[in-house]
Amino acid sequence: MQRRVFMKNGALALVTMGLNPTLLRRTIFAQELVTGAGSLGNARGKVLICLFQRGAADALNVVVPFGEQAYYRLRPTIAVPRPTLATQDAAIDLDGFFGLHPSLAPFKSLWTQGLLAPVHAVGSPSNTRSHFDAQDYMESGTPDAKGTRDGWLNRYLATKGTCEECAKGGNDRSAKGGNGKSAGAREAGGGNGTAKPESLFRAVSMTQQTPRILMGPAPSVAMNSIQEFAIRANGPAAANIEAMYATGGSDLVHAAGSEMLDAMKILRAANPQQYQPRNGAEYPRSPLGQRLREIAQLIKSDVGVEIAFADVGGWDTHVNQGGATGQLAQRLDDFAKATYALVTDLGDRMADVVILTMSEFGRTARQNGNGGTDHGHAGCLFVIGGGVKGGKVHGRWPGLEAEQLNEGRDLALTTDFRSVFGEVVRKHLGASALDRIFPGFAPSELGLL
Amino acid sequence: MVAVAPIRSELTRDQQIEHVLNRLAYGPRPGDDERVRAMGVERWIALQLSPDRLDDRTTDSIVSSYSALGTPTSELTAMFREVRVARRDSMRLPDTRRTLQLSLAQVSSAKLARAVTSERQLYEQMVDFWENHFSVFAGKGQTRLFIPAYDRDVIRPYALGKFRDLLGAVAKSPAMLFYLDNAQSAADSVHRTLSSRRLREAQPAGSRPLSPGLIVPPGGVRPPRGLNENYARELMELHTLGVDGGYTQRDVIEVARALTGWSIDPREGAFVFRPAIHDAEEKTVLGSRLSALGGIEDGEQVLDILARHPSTARHITRKLVVRFVSDSPPPALVDRCAAVFSRSDGDIRETLRCVITSPEFFSKAAYRAKVKTPLELVASALRATGASVDNTPRGAQIVARLGQPIFGRQTPDGWPDRADDWVNAGAMVNRVNFGLALASARVPGVIVGNVDPAIGASLSTPEFQRR
Repeated sequence: MQRRVFMKNGALALVTMGLNPTLLRRTIFAQELVTGAGSLGNARGKVLICLFQRGAADALNVVVPFGEQAYYRLRPTIAVPRPTLATQDAAIDLDGFFGLHPSLAPFKSLWTQGLLAPVHAVGSPSNTRSHFDAQDYMESGTPDAKGTRDGWLNRYLATKGTCEECAKGGNDRSAKGGNGKSAGAREAGGGNGTAKPESLFRAVSMTQQTPRILMGPAPSVAMNSIQEFAIRANGPAAANIEAMYATGGSDLVHAAGSEMLDAMKILRAANPQQYQPRNGAEYPRSPLGQRLREIAQLIKSDVGVEIAFADVGGWDTHVNQGGATGQLAQRLDDFAKATYALVTDLGDRMADVVILTMSEFGRTARQNGNGGTDHGHAGCLFVIGGGVKGGKVHGRWPGLEAEQLNEGRDLALTTDFRSVFGEVVRKHLGASALDRIFPGFAPSELGLL
Repeated sequence: MVAVAPIRSELTRDQQIEHVLNRLAYGPRPGDDERVRAMGVERWIALQLSPDRLDDRTTDSIVSSYSALGTPTSELTAMFREVRVARRDSMRLPDTRRTLQLSLAQVSSAKLARAVTSERQLYEQMVDFWENHFSVFAGKGQTRLFIPAYDRDVIRPYALGKFRDLLGAVAKSPAMLFYLDNAQSAADSVHRTLSSRRLREAQPAGSRPLSPGLIVPPGGVRPPRGLNENYARELMELHTLGVDGGYTQRDVIEVARALTGWSIDPREGAFVFRPAIHDAEEKTVLGSRLSALGGIEDGEQVLDILARHPSTARHITRKLVVRFVSDSPPPALVDRCAAVFSRSDGDIRETLRCVITSPEFFSKAAYRAKVKTPLELVASALRATGASVDNTPRGAQIVARLGQPIFGRQTPDGWPDRADDWVNAGAMVNRVNFGLALASARVPGVIVGNVDPAIGASLSTPEFQRR
């Protein structure tokens, strides 16, 4: 078996599976030392990019179980046809049983390279069919527990981070000092003992507001675009503002202001306007494409990104969702092109990056009377990255016969999403305190990484 | 109007004037400081505590330009059904869809407009305080249909009244019943209901649903019925006792049982009590016994017990002190004013009077010590520049872009009220840019003349972030 990774020169290099991944990583790090990159703290650490498909993507038409007779019985007009050489409007065979929706064609090469691991019949054990509740659970990481105030990505940041406030827990936040979030206060405690400041961009969300998944005491930055992260003034006005906030007042507002100035300096140095995607990556001009492009920019600018988040809507396909073509096909086309461009652009950096997709639940196995599907239960997701055990559809397949369906109507759940998320943060990011990130849950091992 | 005793303060008179305008109002408009000085700080506070005595016809006429604000909930639910049917049958979406969207956007924009223009500034602050204390999220399903009535008929009439009345209005509001799921909470099968028949038996498949959800989820399957503890838990943790207020998981279940049947009439979009799903057996809440067959009175008794509990007095008072005095509330002040809350049977006006006329309120430690939330920042900047908002949804979008969408808090705990939750590098960029944009009169949705250069320059300063 062979695995391909993108190397720094942009060409495809073939690396046999026998090659120790650690060695591969060391090689890349050695190159960094030579080129002088990686000078900004742990700039080239591991990165996790989470993509939330809001609205409940129709898993059975994303990773298509074309080997199931029942699939075609349940979906007479919207099923994706079995793979055939005769037309491109058919499933793309993965393993003789599952196939990708034809709009996901770019993913086929990731699969072949062993970078793509679909997980099927995965989701939340909660039986809610409410978008709001199900998204809430997937972001809080605590299905059916509505009292959780923080998001699981924030809890990950807190368990490994250096934010003082995080150690105190959610409810007792009264004793915090005046400049708790100033850059100077963020001295690293753990690791190798060398204190280095935590990056301002450790957790970045390309959204207007901080998403639920990142809510909590650990700091994160939310922005619509890199370009918006700049003071819209020039000349004396801009200089004036810099002077006001750089005066080193010890209060929260001044501290945040000087962090803002630092962050802008870093972004200016990264020169976002001049950014050229590498390796011929072509991002779609869609909002998702632009957000992923900027995530790639930030990662490659070595500003210390560890967690990046973006979301994309349009998956709530109750009416006329189409099959190999149509509404859902268009959403998937954008999703696949944007994600593939991100992987291509990151190139050799994918050795240290995992992309994790998620959607709040799947949709009904049977099509409805409007050529669409309704709110279901289990779904599917993708784990993509250099360290991923790709080329295999993970998760136990429960089948689609009547008695195998959840409540007689949906794909049944065989993998709790927390098992996947937990394995990714543990193996990829090195999280140890999984009981704090997903309290009261005993994850099972899927062997995804 | 009850007079306010002369204030004891370490602050100079000028500082006191600035302080009350920044804390009890959404910041000064040009000339406000002279007006307060002429009248006296004490009299100004006394008037603000009696908003009915303040002529606010200008605001009334502005608010009346929001055409959809007064739409009855029953019309909104009818429009919602119409849109849903059209969508399901792939028909062209009716024009009512736009009216529906507009009415929801207008509540948020009108809230900002009132914060900017109302003479009843302290009242508007308290409306915001309660809408945040009893936070609901417009993005959860049909909650948004009920928000115009929530603002208009639930929060506003009781914002300075008795806490028990406010709590009761919230408990029966479709907005809260939907948002925290009590509308779908039904007696567990182990308990008898008021109607001896079970709901499922009483309702043959396909008949008009008794159930609270206005809408059968697409596909026709409804969630399994049973006890839902969500509202009961937040009622105690957030709305009354506080997280350490002395209740147990057992109490959560008992309160949830008492509140079964408190639901929504789908047609009217109004509160309805449904005996058929109400748990009719005996309950014990915080040591008090509710006898069997109490019906709707079970819930009323629970609200009585919670509203008059000493933990509630402390919890509510502490939040008021955080909002108006300090991120680190002085314990002695909380104790004193919690005693007022208890003595006055939860009189919000009297509790508030205790907080905002205290030496702690007028202390040097409290002066300019709070950081403005995005709503406070936007409202105070518009007031400082003599600006107003137009009656489009764009006004509310300004606040949303700064990170505090109105009725947009997902979790039921409401927006935080402490500085460190609001200032960080990302937030500062947006705050500074908002100030710059307003100074040059280029904020969509804002009507402003020529901004005085000195005032314009002040909007982006660190000092302007404080109140």
